[in-house]
Amino acid sequence: MIILPSIALLAIFVYGFIGQTLKVSLTDWGREAALALHPEISYVGLKNYHELFTGFLNMRFRQDLANMFFFTLAFVGLSLFVGLVLATLIDQLVWGETFFRTVFLYPMSLSLVVTGTVWRWLLQPRGGINVLPTLVGLPAGEFLWLSSREQSLVFDWSHILYYICIIVLVVMAFMAYGHHRRGERQQFRTKAVISAILMGILVIGVAGGITLLDYPEEHGFNKAIWGVVMAAVWQMSGYTMALYLAGLRTISDELREAARVDGAGKFQIYRYVDLPLLKPITVSAVVILGHIALKIFDLIFAMAGPDHVPTSVPAITMFLKTFRGNELAVGSSIGIILLILVSLLIIPYLANSFKTGEQ
Amino acid sequence: MKPKGVTRVFVQTLAVLLAIAYLIPVYMTIVTSLKSPEEINLMTAWRLPSKLNWAGYSVAFRQFAPYLKNSFILAVCATLLSAVMGSLNGYVLCKYKLPGGRAIMPLIVFGMFIPYQSILVPLFQFMQKTKLYGGLPGLILVHVVYGLPITTLLFRSFYQEIPDELFGAAGIDGADFFGIFKYVIIPLSGPPFLVVCIWQFTQIWNEFLFAVTLTRPDAQPITVALANLAGGQAVSWNLPMAGSILAALPTVLIYILLGRYFVRGLLAGALKG
Repeated sequence: MIILPSIALLAIFVYGFIGQTLKVSLTDWGREAALALHPEISYVGLKNYHELFTGFLNMRFRQDLANMFFFTLAFVGLSLFVGLVLATLIDQLVWGETFFRTVFLYPMSLSLVVTGTVWRWLLQPRGGINVLPTLVGLPAGEFLWLSSREQSLVFDWSHILYYICIIVLVVMAFMAYGHHRRGERQQFRTKAVISAILMGILVIGVAGGITLLDYPEEHGFNKAIWGVVMAAVWQMSGYTMALYLAGLRTISDELREAARVDGAGKFQIYRYVDLPLLKPITVSAVVILGHIALKIFDLIFAMAGPDHVPTSVPAITMFLKTFRGNELAVGSSIGIILLILVSLLIIPYLANSFKTGEQ
Repeated sequence: MKPKGVTRVFVQTLAVLLAIAYLIPVYMTIVTSLKSPEEINLMTAWRLPSKLNWAGYSVAFRQFAPYLKNSFILAVCATLLSAVMGSLNGYVLCKYKLPGGRAIMPLIVFGMFIPYQSILVPLFQFMQKTKLYGGLPGLILVHVVYGLPITTLLFRSFYQEIPDELFGAAGIDGADFFGIFKYVIIPLSGPPFLVVCIWQFTQIWNEFLFAVTLTRPDAQPITVALANLAGGQAVSWNLPMAGSILAALPTVLIYILLGRYFVRGLLAGALKG
């Protein structure tokens, strides 16, 4: 039929190529073999992944993961917050609504490379944003936006599995509490069992002194990332604004009127009527922005360059390993790791939206 | 329930201040792009240029003209192709029952969320084997293929809003598959087509990862040229700023002139499942 070409193309270019990448990631293809006409490639199992997570030479990749994690948290959190503030503000405006909406949303139409280039200039340590306060007589800012070498929230990589365990545990406990409150016994039991198992793993691990590495390796929140966060929030907060604004516009005035008749003040209406109804939008926004954040590449490439380690992320290192270092197998492994991370976010979202959307 | 009195003034003032904050990067870009290299100085970066110097633009334009042309060819071709294919797909997936139909849409849509790093190595090899590596046709093909999920999704959700009776009536009148597509779908597709094209054009114009990994220097789009220029150390800042404006102009113009359709694409991409 008519759509077969499209389906075939996607089957090959998406799923076929993912399979191929997975296959390459389990080999030692790289260096000399990458350039040879008939390279000798051998199967090495999970060695590349093992090296990336524990090998001494791949310390940069682990800091990349930390950068990506903290960038995603800060960027998604701030974009949601700023977007909500802007949407609420615009909803309350008496004049100029179209103008302000246009102004807050225009960065979305720009290329991340343009944004990166412009912000690279704005975030010069001795210029741009930092000298802005001097225009009104205040002392100049001192923060080294993209080049700072300082770290906060430093953690030991050899304990990374515990941290992941704790994060999942907190999420599970939170969900279990929700199920419990809504009286969904079956789901509550599942979540409780998972929590108990995680707790068990954690206790055994800590008590047995099991660590990922033999030596402590410190990683943390590179402060240089703040510059990238700022540019990214500037670019994408208009998007969350548009989502929230569309949401606010669908809330019927009768509902708010009913709340007011019941004696709710303005703030209470916002807090107890508007915000809960915006929750599904927040979920969509977290998924969309989250997957953008995990893949972020262009912005950092243009702002700081691929060789600038303090702001590097896995996508950048993948590019360097594959196209500069010719380490195709290692690059493929990083690609697969990114795919798994994005899938954790996207697959539940897709499953959910197609399940509810089709009925 | 619009606010009154003091709150109203406060809300309005806050909006103005925030708008200024959002426009600061534009101010800085324009001011810097119009200065002469000698006048660009970190301490006085915020001041207006003492004398307008258009050299930045003429140099940037001369340097960027071939890359702007590449981007135009790339974005126009890839946009039209992916939109036409997406429209056919959306139509079929919306109105016909296919074997395994329920699983097809999520499987297609997943393709627009994947990190392209996870397909880049095989893609690169495929391009080299088929001799498509390095040139514009190869890059167009890549953008068409990876644009299919979003165009299919957008068209499908537009077509879902067309009432089934319309197809039934056309069917009774003896129209076949292409007849229905030609006489029912195409006349109704104006606005959706515009939404999809604007979305795709913006995406493809702004794209960087495929552009930087799959093209030789002579076929590079503007984003790669700009990143190369700004990444070099010796350039004075008026040049990359003028270049940024040139690179941003097409998509910003589309946004300003056709913003309504741009926002529709933006919202549809996120909310529809």
